[in-house]
Amino acid sequence: MADNSSNNEYWSANVRLIKISLVIWALVSFGFGILLRPLLKGISVGGTDLGFWFAQQGSILVFLALIFFYAWRMNSLDREHGVEE
Amino acid sequence: MDQFTLNILFVGASFALYIGIAIWARAGSTSEFYAAGRGVHPVTNGMATAADWMSAASFISMAGLIAFTGYDNSSFLMGWTGGYVLLALMLAPYLRKFGKFTVPEFIGDRFYSPTARLVAVICLIVASTTYVIGQMTGVGVAFSRFLEVSNSTGLFIGAGVVFAYAVFGGMKGVTYTQVAQYCVLITAYTIPAIFISLQLTGNPIPALGLFGEHTQSGQPLLQTLDALVTDLGFNDYTGHHGNTLNMVLFTLSLMIGTAGLPHVIIRFFTVPKVADARWSAGWTLIFIALLYLTAPAVGAMARLNLITTTYEGGNIEQPIDYAARPDWMKNWEVTGLLKFEDKNGDGKIQWYNDASSNEEFNAKVEAMGWKGSELSVNRDILVLANPEIAQLPGWVIALVAAGGLAAALSTAAGLLLAISSSVAHDLFKGQLTPNISEAGELMTARVSMAIAIGVATYLGLNPPGFAAQTVALAFGLAAASIFPALMMGIFSKRINNKGAVAGMLTGLVVTLIYIFLHKGWFFIPGTNSFSDADPLLGPIKSTSFGAIGAALNFAVAYFVSNATEEPPQEIIDLVESVRIPKGAGAAQDH
Repeated sequence: MADNSSNNEYWSANVRLIKISLVIWALVSFGFGILLRPLLKGISVGGTDLGFWFAQQGSILVFLALIFFYAWRMNSLDREHGVEE
Repeated sequence: MDQFTLNILFVGASFALYIGIAIWARAGSTSEFYAAGRGVHPVTNGMATAADWMSAASFISMAGLIAFTGYDNSSFLMGWTGGYVLLALMLAPYLRKFGKFTVPEFIGDRFYSPTARLVAVICLIVASTTYVIGQMTGVGVAFSRFLEVSNSTGLFIGAGVVFAYAVFGGMKGVTYTQVAQYCVLITAYTIPAIFISLQLTGNPIPALGLFGEHTQSGQPLLQTLDALVTDLGFNDYTGHHGNTLNMVLFTLSLMIGTAGLPHVIIRFFTVPKVADARWSAGWTLIFIALLYLTAPAVGAMARLNLITTTYEGGNIEQPIDYAARPDWMKNWEVTGLLKFEDKNGDGKIQWYNDASSNEEFNAKVEAMGWKGSELSVNRDILVLANPEIAQLPGWVIALVAAGGLAAALSTAAGLLLAISSSVAHDLFKGQLTPNISEAGELMTARVSMAIAIGVATYLGLNPPGFAAQTVALAFGLAAASIFPALMMGIFSKRINNKGAVAGMLTGLVVTLIYIFLHKGWFFIPGTNSFSDADPLLGPIKSTSFGAIGAALNFAVAYFVSNATEEPPQEIIDLVESVRIPKGAGAAQDH
């Protein structure tokens, strides 16, 4: 624990990033895929509505993007705060 | 060459490959046995984890469940992939930084309590063993179908193969074997799907074909399907018909369970660096998504094919003659998983929803002289029968057989490894016999693996329920017990030993009781007080209860910790160090 304040900053930046990511995670699956599906009825995708697409395909693609975005962002945060291996 | 010889050839060749790799990569030290010496590249690790993760449930069962229910079973797709977001953001990098071998080791150290470690071992063994039982059941069914032997013989052959490479190989053997298994299973899943997507939509990518145009009718595929199924009195494919609360909780349980299953978490201990653990979760999900994006297309297209092969041109007024049924129906009739009963004696196959609540539809079929649905199709045969339905060549059918077995065997082996390492490392070395030698520890791991295979094979012969139910139980238990403890251990400095132990026990016990109340005590049939058709708590089925168990775990841990003393300073320092990647270094063996 050489530099505690920098470490704390690093951790709060990480937690902030996790929170934002999890909001998106919940929005595309529980939101668009299930609860908000009736609201998306108007937007049609390939013979059905956007909610169906999110439930069977869109959410998986967003999950992938989230994990890679998080890994990329954290790896640069590691360097910014000098905590990389 | 006949189909049986082809099956033997493909299955035999794939097994020779797996066993060959296991022997080539045989583990020498305990560290190699558990964690492959941490020399595994993130992409390799991702591929192996994907094979480890995708079991008979994903490969054989899931597309069939989606095919027969449609949108309502999207929970499987979102649940079994969304868990990786939790894993990548909230567990994997920190557990890798912690740098030990097993999940109970982290819980024991973080909550400075041998009791916590013991409780974690119990949670892990309960969740993993139930999961293995489901896999062994799947192994038995797949072997018996393709090798044309009895179910029990198939199970014994499968148990022998799992034993051979898991016991003698350890993690390093399993890792490379699982890479091979991933390649076999993804090829086997994708090739028939591409053929079928081309036939129906002209699009070689099944995931795009699903939302594409049905060539024959010129309409979007899903609209064609909706029209066909509602014509037959079923719920429309894309509609939402189940209970919304239950769907949310079921999806959440599968997600948290994914992130809490020890055989998946243990994978992220095997990458060289913390940064690699983050990438590795992403690579794993890419390899999983290849199958999961294809699965809903396989489901929808198989349902469409089923209807258009039983009704000429999909026209409800033109059911086909039983005598003129396609070959695949004859083949599957032999297994008893597809049955025809000519209820109205007209020699034609009428397959429709005879429990429809649509009065107009019921009046219509009565006027046509139909006396009930005459065809029953087991949902689990769909993926395996798919290439036959689409009249693909014999080698594709044999390839699917090898793929299904790869999926079931790889998961069984990974779970057995997680069980054996927690028994040998956490129970014996950690608590019962701390002075055990490295050779003794390896031997204990192998013996416990053999015992676990024995138990799972025995229960696989007399399964406590359908494989899917057993697997759901494993997810609920992992969600309710292990995930909350791990997450709180990293994200809270306040949760202490008493809170964690009380939380884990509450989550495990309450979830177990809720499941036993619905499925029978220790799965003994007839001892259940409720059923999933009419659950104890409103619409919440026993398969969805894991999310509630997890919430109880969090709540109990929070209140108990706040009512008791703070964790000591060295634990707060440990949490601080786990949060920072710097200084991870190699694995520490105590």
